[in-house]
Amino acid sequence: MKSKRTSLALMITIYVSFAILTVLSIFPFWLMIVNSTRSTYEIQQHAISLVPSNFLMNNLAILTGKSFNPILGFTNSLIVSVGTTVCALYFSTMTAYGVVVYDWKYRRQFFSFILAVMMIPAQITMIGFYQMVYSVGLTNNFLMLILPAIASPTIVFFMRQYMIPSLSLEIIQSARIDGAKELYIFNRIALPIMKPALATQAIFCFVTSWNNLFTPLILLTNQDKYTMPIMVSLLNGDIYKTEYGSVYLGLTLTVLPLIIVYLFLSKFIIAGVALGSVKG
Amino acid sequence: MKRKKKSYAKYGYLFCAPFVIAWLIFSLYPTIFTVLLSLTDFKGLGKVVFNFLDNPLQNFETILKNPSFKTAFKNTVVMWVLNFIPQISLALLLAAWFTDARYKIKGAGFFKVIFYMPNIITAATIAILFNKFFGYPMGPVNDIFTTLGWAEKPIQFLQDKTVAKGVVIFVQFWMWYGNTMIVLISGVLGISPEIFEAAEVDGASRLQTFFRITIPNLKTILLYTLVTSLIGGLQMFDIPRLFLNGGPDNGTLTTSLFIYNQAFSGSYMYNRASAASMIMFVVICGASAVLFFIMRDKDEAELAKLVRKQEKEYRKKMKEMQKGGTN
Repeated sequence: MKSKRTSLALMITIYVSFAILTVLSIFPFWLMIVNSTRSTYEIQQHAISLVPSNFLMNNLAILTGKSFNPILGFTNSLIVSVGTTVCALYFSTMTAYGVVVYDWKYRRQFFSFILAVMMIPAQITMIGFYQMVYSVGLTNNFLMLILPAIASPTIVFFMRQYMIPSLSLEIIQSARIDGAKELYIFNRIALPIMKPALATQAIFCFVTSWNNLFTPLILLTNQDKYTMPIMVSLLNGDIYKTEYGSVYLGLTLTVLPLIIVYLFLSKFIIAGVALGSVKG
Repeated sequence: MKRKKKSYAKYGYLFCAPFVIAWLIFSLYPTIFTVLLSLTDFKGLGKVVFNFLDNPLQNFETILKNPSFKTAFKNTVVMWVLNFIPQISLALLLAAWFTDARYKIKGAGFFKVIFYMPNIITAATIAILFNKFFGYPMGPVNDIFTTLGWAEKPIQFLQDKTVAKGVVIFVQFWMWYGNTMIVLISGVLGISPEIFEAAEVDGASRLQTFFRITIPNLKTILLYTLVTSLIGGLQMFDIPRLFLNGGPDNGTLTTSLFIYNQAFSGSYMYNRASAASMIMFVVICGASAVLFFIMRDKDEAELAKLVRKQEKEYRKKMKEMQKGGTN
């Protein structure tokens, strides 16, 4: 009897905590979205409101009338993120394939090397990277944001872990007997088998690249090349100082696509986070 | 006809070549370049010539004595520690709740999705959003304070160092506890269910199960979480940069922001920024080395140990035999 009562109290504690955390996760974004439909005057009267107003178009006009250009930022971010994701996934899988399928002299050492450089952050070598890019005059070139992704040690590691149990060497052997070239076998046989792993990694790679502020902030000086996170940073500037509604709208425009995509893919994302931590 | 077995080894090299080339150009070269720059007098915008300093470590000395760098380093560590402790505690508690079959949490999937959500949103956006929330005179937080009568007139929250730091810590915590929770849940699910069943049969309480079984079995994953979080925390940039750009009075200045400011905002002290980068590089490498040690293949490591042991014994025997021979 007693244990039943304590467990009821515990269940209430659990669900109340969940409710609080849920509010904590949603409320800031809700407030942001609602405020993006309210006028500056309304926000100045009361910054918290749960019901939207009708100044959305007004705010949009003010927002886009200044330096903030969501469509341009969106396009640029899309180019960089898609490019980065494709490069990272294709070449990382290729590297993992080279380590798993072929038997060559230094492959063990090579894999240890990949593990060793996995945690070295790009941020630390940014000054040298910037000077290198600057000296060849490619600072505003998206390729400098995309090509470094070809060497993504973390993804190689993940792909190798996935490849070892799922890619059987017999299939490759029989394809060779049929006369298939090695690159053809990789593209047409190995890559399709890796699809589930590719999908998970693609989501994370894309989101990481989309949200990256540091590298683009340093390399991109031309306003036409600004990616979304740099575009967002313009909202902190003086020109938007008193345009509260527009600032909230600008923030909303950058968040909404992410939230929508997240709600569709959340199952894969949650599974992917869990998978990434289970070390094979 | 005699046919030699075809060797495929060269394809191994070919398939790994793009990775290696990209790594040499975009990782190794910039690293070496950064090291070199940290030993020079290289500063100023658009310059290409530089000289090595007579005292090669002068930049390092300057940086280590720089009060802003000291503040930045202290802030970085403090903000990481104060966000990590509540983050891992809450994540552990939630993981225990989610994985305990006795609770049968309804809507577990929904809650996981909601708790993880802040992690997916652009940090730059979140930083500015929280800046607006604490705005003066009429941000939402001031609205709450004045409406509820906690304050008579609006407060300039963001001019207070402690409040500013607290907000950065909270945002980091808020963005990452969901991620840590999911990692820990997958860790708990990896523990053999028989252990939990045995504990239940033996009449262990929930607290006992949690402290005696769950936590000891999660050791590796907890360590992994700790080190990855530390490496990430040491590079904290987006939020302090866009929340208050390190202010007020360097209250939220982090080392990454310090490096950025040295090199790219006004002063163009590339040499000093490089030196500061290298200091952080050493700190992060230390943390990475620990992680590498944890993550390497356990069986492989044990096998290598065994081999070494055998070799040692073999050599010992050989020596003894030689000794025996000469005697």
